[in-house]
Amino acid sequence: MVLAAQEAAGIFAAIGEGERRMSFSIKSPKDFWCGLLLLAVAAIFSAGLLGLPIGTAFRMGPGYFPMVLTILLAGLGAAILINGLRVEGAPVGNIPLRALFLIASPIVFFGLTVRGLGLVLSLSITVLATTFAARDWNPVMAISTTLALVIGCIAIFVLGLGLPLSLFGPWAGGY
Amino acid sequence: MEFLANLAVGFEHALSAQNLAFCFMGVLVGTMVGVLPGLGPLPTIAMLLPVTFGVPPTAALIMLAGIYYGAQYGGSTTAILLNLPGEASSVVTAIDGHQMALKGKAGLALFTAAVGSFFAGTVATFLIAGFAPSLAEFALRFGPAEYFSLMVLGLAASVALAHGSVLKAVAMVVLGLLLGTVGEDIYTGAARFAFGMEQLVDGFNFVAIAMGVFGVGEIVRNLENKRVGTTIQSRVLDLVPTWEELKSTVAPILRGTALGSVLGVLPGGGAILASFAAYSLERRIAKEPQRFGKGAIEGVASPESANNAGAQTSFIPMLTLGIPSNPVMALMVGALLINGIVPGPNLMTQRPELFWGVIASMWIGNLMLLILNLPLISIWVKFMSIPYRVLYPGIVAVCCIGVFSLGNNSFDVYVMAAFGMLGYVLVKLDCEPAPLLLGFVIGRLLEEHLRRAMLLSRGDPSVFVDVNNHPISAVLIVVSVVALVLVCLPTIGKKREEAFRE
Repeated sequence: MVLAAQEAAGIFAAIGEGERRMSFSIKSPKDFWCGLLLLAVAAIFSAGLLGLPIGTAFRMGPGYFPMVLTILLAGLGAAILINGLRVEGAPVGNIPLRALFLIASPIVFFGLTVRGLGLVLSLSITVLATTFAARDWNPVMAISTTLALVIGCIAIFVLGLGLPLSLFGPWAGGY
Repeated sequence: MEFLANLAVGFEHALSAQNLAFCFMGVLVGTMVGVLPGLGPLPTIAMLLPVTFGVPPTAALIMLAGIYYGAQYGGSTTAILLNLPGEASSVVTAIDGHQMALKGKAGLALFTAAVGSFFAGTVATFLIAGFAPSLAEFALRFGPAEYFSLMVLGLAASVALAHGSVLKAVAMVVLGLLLGTVGEDIYTGAARFAFGMEQLVDGFNFVAIAMGVFGVGEIVRNLENKRVGTTIQSRVLDLVPTWEELKSTVAPILRGTALGSVLGVLPGGGAILASFAAYSLERRIAKEPQRFGKGAIEGVASPESANNAGAQTSFIPMLTLGIPSNPVMALMVGALLINGIVPGPNLMTQRPELFWGVIASMWIGNLMLLILNLPLISIWVKFMSIPYRVLYPGIVAVCCIGVFSLGNNSFDVYVMAAFGMLGYVLVKLDCEPAPLLLGFVIGRLLEEHLRRAMLLSRGDPSVFVDVNNHPISAVLIVVSVVALVLVCLPTIGKKREEAFRE
């Protein structure tokens, strides 16, 4: 356990230094950010490893296998990050934050409200919100798509397949 | 003759009214998602998993299998007519298929693709029936060390076959394995990486991750690139080829079938790999390779046969060893586990009706596909005119409902949203999500067998390469290492890139 934490700490220190010295020479942004992302994930998992019994190779504890993987991931992340500082590569390109947000947030909204509002209202708002992610949005299209999809989904999933989803939840006056 | 008796049992079950109906539904849905660009068999099967809860396991598996190989048929239609591969395994079909369509030979290309697929499907069905029993018998002798090494080979293969950087592919496998360890430890019950969240004690739901990465993430990617398709106005109806044309397709179909069948069985293989490999093979052995890319019929016949054969033979390791060789098979395992059936060497003896029924249904399904595809092609073409802005809210809606109803659990919905974003970012950073998903699925099994093997060997890791006591395991490990070393060598690495660029 201590080993993993030390390893991770060591790698992070090394990166910190590397960034300071070479902050203007990210040669391959894709590799650089990928490495950083993997190291961040490895850091989260090393935090989770604290307190898990590691055991020995003979009798592995719950932490043994994840510890090996975390060290591997940190090593790979560091290697990819260093690659990003040394070898020329393509830029990451634009991240369509608008589309990402307009797809992910309605899904979260659905999760938050499907019980409270019930399927009809929750799904209608979710679907309507996602239509805004398209470039050529127009109200007629959006509303007709939403109506057709909500009716279709209720027909297939609730009436056809009998999934136990309430159509109107307690917040909408249902049960 | 046992072979025929087994198949007879299978056909008896596959031909029951209920199973026929589910088979038809599967191939119908499969063709549909194959035709629709931006919606592949993986998210579709994930979406339909909750639907199979109330259905007997045989019928459920028959339907899900139908979606997988049905999508291989449908994908070729859009690839040929619109130069839009509806499905990843049809990417290479688009190269020459679309050129044929531009030259007014759309009918011939579609006919070749359908007949090639049907032939390959038939051969693959008999191959599974012929080889699966002996493989299962062989697998009964497998101990934890052999299972561990086999899974390592599968992961190594998925790395070798991923596009781009080998380092990143290995990182994706490791990330997947690590995500798989989240949740209760199998031996001690310790909650791992739950970070105080009650829902994480059960670990991440595989379907939520699969739908996030391949459903939601894919939508964002599709919204980003505006798709342009050139609609073909040529007559599609003149399907029947001349005798000369027919003769020129026989050899490529045979080669594609053989190659696809072999590559489907390999861990990490499946339809996509099969079609790419078949295309490069045809190009390499062609007398006039310059015809490729300009409408060579071999470039349609061989990959289309190969992807269908590969889709079907990839069921062999899943049904006989219980090891999913690709993410689609992982979903199949999930569908079986939901019904309390553990796929593995004992499946054949314990549930012969399921095992043989599914295999026999594949041949029936292929026949249905031939009928569905050739005469009804104009209907499928109309499907393609559904604009994406109508399609993607529908995908979001079905994903939401599907994931939520897996366990009436909102947490799974959030996991799907989070992994949708992660999946998008990973692709942006040139990391392929398929090895991640395979790692996630295999993670638990891999750890279990590793720990068991190490207990048996008293902590000695050389058990995996012990030639005297565990020769099978040793061979599997050597093959994995060789595969990884080969892709790391610069010359082969370059060739691999070329192959993928094609």
